[in-house]
This record gives sequence, structure tokens and C-alpha cells, in this order.
Amino acid sequence: MWFRKSVLVIPGRVIALLFGITLLLFPLITADEAILRIVTFAAIFSLYAVSWDTLSGYTGQLSLGHALFFGVAAYASALLDLHFELSVWLTIPIGSCVGALIGLIVGLPALRLRGIYLGLVTLAFPIILSGIIFYFSDFTGGEAGLYGLSRLAEDKVTAYYIVIAIVMCSIFIMFKFTDAKSRILRTGLLLRAIREDEMTARASGIDTIKYKLLAFAISGFFAGIAGGLYAHYIRVAGPSTLELIFSIQVVLWAIFGGMGTIYGPVAGVFILYPLTEIIRFYPHGEEVRFILLSLILILSLLFMPEGITVWVRDKIEQECTRCKVINAATRRTCRACRAPMYLTKKENANQGKE
Amino acid sequence: MFVSILINGLVSGAVYAILAIGFSLIFGVAKIMNMAHTAFYMLTAFLILGAITFLDVPLPLAAIASIIVAGLLGVVCYKLCFDRIKVHETAVMIISVAIAMLFEETILLTFGAQYQRIPPFVEGYFELGGVSILNQHFFTAGASIATLVGVWLLLSKTKLGMSIRAVDQDREIANVMGINVTKTSMQVMGISVILAGVAGAVTAPTIMVNPLMWTNPLVIVLSAVVLGGLGSIKGSAIAAFILGYAETLVVFLVPDGSFLRGAVSLIAMVLVLLIRPEGLFGVAFEEERL
Repeated sequence: MWFRKSVLVIPGRVIALLFGITLLLFPLITADEAILRIVTFAAIFSLYAVSWDTLSGYTGQLSLGHALFFGVAAYASALLDLHFELSVWLTIPIGSCVGALIGLIVGLPALRLRGIYLGLVTLAFPIILSGIIFYFSDFTGGEAGLYGLSRLAEDKVTAYYIVIAIVMCSIFIMFKFTDAKSRILRTGLLLRAIREDEMTARASGIDTIKYKLLAFAISGFFAGIAGGLYAHYIRVAGPSTLELIFSIQVVLWAIFGGMGTIYGPVAGVFILYPLTEIIRFYPHGEEVRFILLSLILILSLLFMPEGITVWVRDKIEQECTRCKVINAATRRTCRACRAPMYLTKKENANQGKE
Repeated sequence: MFVSILINGLVSGAVYAILAIGFSLIFGVAKIMNMAHTAFYMLTAFLILGAITFLDVPLPLAAIASIIVAGLLGVVCYKLCFDRIKVHETAVMIISVAIAMLFEETILLTFGAQYQRIPPFVEGYFELGGVSILNQHFFTAGASIATLVGVWLLLSKTKLGMSIRAVDQDREIANVMGINVTKTSMQVMGISVILAGVAGAVTAPTIMVNPLMWTNPLVIVLSAVVLGGLGSIKGSAIAAFILGYAETLVVFLVPDGSFLRGAVSLIAMVLVLLIRPEGLFGVAFEEERL
């Protein structure tokens, strides 16, 4: 009953549901390992993008160095795996806790800086770290990185399901964490208040320092899970996880998809990442793929600056002006209060007269 | 050793200063965080390379033409991309990253990934204090400092400079006072990209050019701009010199220091920001930064 009332009538949620089911059934659709690999990477990167969105989209703490959390967790998991031979089920959580800790440390400058300044400072951290990693290349593997990590699972399909399950749970937790309408957690509302106006939020008694640090820690934790999964999936933790372009890429994905929505970054990753990989299969694809990608980005941002999901959502969904219930855009009257959704031509003309 | 540090620091500091000034001008006037700024620097170097290898144009002419072409391209980018979505600040930033990627990949496609050399503007070298210094390094430093002086004169003495400073200070009031803000922003975009082009043209002979050469200066420019105080043009120029010298010192004095060259200037930036968030020359607005 609940399902029919609050999922089936809203097109956006139907799409999300279908997408989730498709992901779960994906190994049945194709057994091609290359495609399965692309989807697994897309899932890992979508977790990474959502963790960026939690911090930057919802809380407004612009992070341009998100690769730091991803890379630190990847390296931490790799070191634990290689030196202590812990199981994957320990290295990834410990790695992500290290990510959360790093999040807290990076969060400290955020208490004094805002906006672009904060973005520039966070941008610096992964570059500093990769300099250090190159300098101590005996311990960290230098350019080649740490390789030969243990696998997530023996065969690709099991690994796929492990990744999908962890990613889905993590994204759901972050969805609840940032949901401003949630009745259980207040964090979503508080984080949004901090984003909109930090001064006012503080004036109304919100401990903004606590919640900003919390957002940094949570974001670092989940980016860390993504980093750990990535390292164990490709069995290498290398300096490429700390590169500037990797920090920027997550911002590209999230803004292309739609900032400040959890589904936006997911959609962004699942559209852009497979696209860049598929172009490779065509002749000359390897050379032109980033040209095509940047053209797509430029055009999509020019016409949909708020992101593709927000653009599509506004086309297929309509909020009732009277009772704020979301309706499919095809309905003429609101499903809850029966108020007309659109004014007819005649009514429009009458309003003009008054 | 001392002389090489002095000269190398001066050269890299002056080039970073031109880049940082351009970046901070367009950020101050149009609120565009132009991540493609150093991509224009790379682009100019390759335009020069293309002109002298494919078209057999003499080097000085090629340099001037490339700088002008880059400037025009910057204005086109502004008109086509930045101006249309300027209300969405993060989208503007991302679109500039996309433009930088577009430049990088197009050049990768036409010139290939290998390191290439551009002949120096002036040949020869001379000895100073036991070390030999290329004349080209003096040319780079001299041209950069001349450009800096030129920008300073432009900003302080001309009418255009006055309107740029006015828009930089307060957009709305400048608009009310009858300054055409949109036109000024476009002019500043042109000036800023031309500055990046000049930096590219004068440094290209001293380094090997390759399509990825824009990321390192970008990091330095960003940290110089923050270190000097975002929006302070004088501050970003001085900070660029500080970072140029810091980088040179690390490269010369620490063994294997070239791995750490980016890291050191960034650590300096983070430390300064933690102690004095408004930067060296910035003005603290309580409301702006909290």
C-alpha cells in the first residue's frame, strides 16, 4: 500500500527503482566481463561522487581535493593487506575509518575558511600527499604503487555483488543522512541550513562546527569505502588515486548529474563513466574520447547548468502548489488535494485581467 | 649555487606572477574561477610551436600572433560559455575545467604527447659568479617584469583600469555609476588570457613543452592567489614570487626535491591560511568568510 502510494505514482522514484533492479539483475543480462567491470567501476565511483555531494552539495563545504579520502583509504587498505595480511572485510573498514579521520583533519581549516578558499585548500592536500608518496617511494611503491592486493572475491560476479551491495547500502545511509524531510535524523535539515546561511544557522543555536566536522567525517568515511573497494578490485593502490584530475572528475560527475541531490551524482557517473569507456571500443576512440567528453560536458552545462537529473525531474514531475505533494507532470489535478495542477488558457487570461 | 637560485627563482616567480595576476583579475571582476587559465598558457606555447614548424613564421612574429589568437579565443570562450551560466558559480568552474580538457586533448591529438623544444628568443649564455646563465632566462625575467609593470600602469593610470578596479570592488555600485559591467568583464577576460599567453610565450623556450604542462602552474597559481589574498592583485603577484623562490630553493637544496616542489608551496599556502585566512594582503570580511 505504502509502495503504491509513494513510489509508483512518482516517475522519478519509478526510474530509481527500475535502475536499482537492473543493477541487481545485471549479471543475468550479460556475462561479458568487460561490461561487468565497467559497471562495477561505475558503482564504486558513484559512491565516491555521492560522498562528495554529501559534503559539497548538501553542506556547501566545497571540496576540490576529494581524491585525498579515496587515495588515503586505498593506500591504508593496501598497506594493511600487504603488511598484516588482514582480510578484505577488515582492511576496507579500517581504511575508511582512516578516511574519516583525515576528513576530520581536513575539516579543521573549514572552520575558518569558506567557499572557494576552502576549495583551494582542500585541493592542496592530495597534491601534497602525492609529493610525499613519491618522496618515500620505498615504503609506498612510488610511481607503480602498491600492487598484488588480495581480491574481493574469487570470481567477477561475486565481486560485482559485493560492490553493488556495499555501494547501495552506503548510498542509502547517505540519502537518509542528508534527507531534509526525514523524521528520524535531523542532520539533513541542519546541514542544509548550514549551506544556505551559516551565520543564521549559528544564530539559531545550531552547533555548526560540530555538524561541519560531522559532514567531513561522514564524507571521508564513504569516500574511503569507495577507495578501499577500488584498491581491492583492481588490486593496486597507486598515486593515480591522488591526482588532481581525479579530484576534479568527481566534481564533474556530480555537477553534470545534479549537485545537492543524491541521485544526481549517481546518474552522472552512470552516464559519463560508461560513455568514456564505450567510446574506446570504436576506431580512434582512445584519442578522441576526452574531446567528446569535454564537448558533452560543455554543452550539457550550457543547457542544463543545474545538472541533468534536475532538468529531467522538472520535466517529469510537478509539485502541487497547494499541498506540496509531488505529482507526475502528466496529471491535471493533484493526486492528494485535487487542486488543478495547471491553469487552463481561460483561467490564465482571467488572471491577467485581475 | 646562490646565483642560480636567485636567477631561477626570479624567472619562475615572475612567470607565476603574470599568471596569478591574470587569474585574480578575472576572478575579481567576473567571479569566474577560471581553471582553464593555465591551459591558455599551454595553448600559446603550442600555437608558437605550430607556427614555427608548420608555417615557417619567424619566432617573434609567431609569439605575438599566438598571444593575440589565444586572447581572442579567451573572449570567445567567455561569450559562448562563461557569460551564459554565470549565475551558477560551480558550473562555471566545471565548464572551465572542461575547456581546459578540450584544449589539452586537442593538442595531444595534433602534436602528440612527447616533449618538444621551442628555440630561444635570444641565443647564448654568460658566466656570473661561476655559473653560466642562459640569456633566454634573462629575457624571460625581463619580459615578465615589463609585463607586470605594464599591467600596473594599465590598472592605475588608464580609464579602462579604473573601471576594472571599480567593478572588482563592487559590481552593483559600478553598474549604477554607469560602467558597463558586462563589457568590462569581457575586456578583463581578454586581458587575463593575453597575460597567460605572454607567460606561455616567454617560458616556452626555457622548458620542454608538452600538453600536460598546464596542471603544475595551475596549482602554483591557485596557491599564490590564495596566499596573496583572493582578489588582491598586488598580493597575488608578491605571493607568486614567494612561491617561485620556495620552489627553487626546494629543488636546489633538498635531494630529490623535484618531487616535493608542488607540495612545499602548497604547505606554505595551507599554513598561511590557517594563521591568517584572508591571506597576506587580503581584507578580512567577517561576513564573507565567517
